[in-house]
Amino acid sequence: MVIGRVVGNIVATIKHELYQGSKILLVQPLATDRKTAMGNTMVAVDTVGAGIGEMVMVATEGKAASEIIGVPRGPIRSIIVGILDGVSQQS
Amino acid sequence: MRLGIVTGKIWATRKDASLDGIKLYVLQPLDYLLAPQGSSLIAIDAIGAGEGDTVFWVGGGDATLAFDGRTIASDASIVGIVDSVHTEPDVM
Repeated sequence: MVIGRVVGNIVATIKHELYQGSKILLVQPLATDRKTAMGNTMVAVDTVGAGIGEMVMVATEGKAASEIIGVPRGPIRSIIVGILDGVSQQS
Repeated sequence: MRLGIVTGKIWATRKDASLDGIKLYVLQPLDYLLAPQGSSLIAIDAIGAGEGDTVFWVGGGDATLAFDGRTIASDASIVGIVDSVHTEPDVM
């Protein structure tokens, strides 16, 4: 799983049936300082009620995604699985 | 999954049988400000996207599962057409 910040949300009327009814957010992965952006922006399905500006953890593997949202394997990969309250790390 | 914009179309007569009848597009990945991010790639269309559409797409092994009950020889599949993106200034 990766740490990222929710930076936006997406409205999409036409989407694959596995995404129907899902809240779809944009997540920017963060560097180890958890302030600067690092890597490619992700589109992720929200399962925990995250909102813009929040720091989240994202599972990025299809098997995990299908288990978490309880659907058969399909074209879904990134799932927001937690909102982070804090992170401590030795420097 | 990632954001992208459909920038072109691909024709290929001789290809893997699983790709028969499936549209192939050139896709430029985008960041959350809708600026290009990374190299463009070829993606199959699973939902009826068209040139110029902003889309979201899935990469890797899960892209092979975009069509029900079939395994497609693809590592990038367009799975949604984006109507709008909402972000906030200084969110990062």
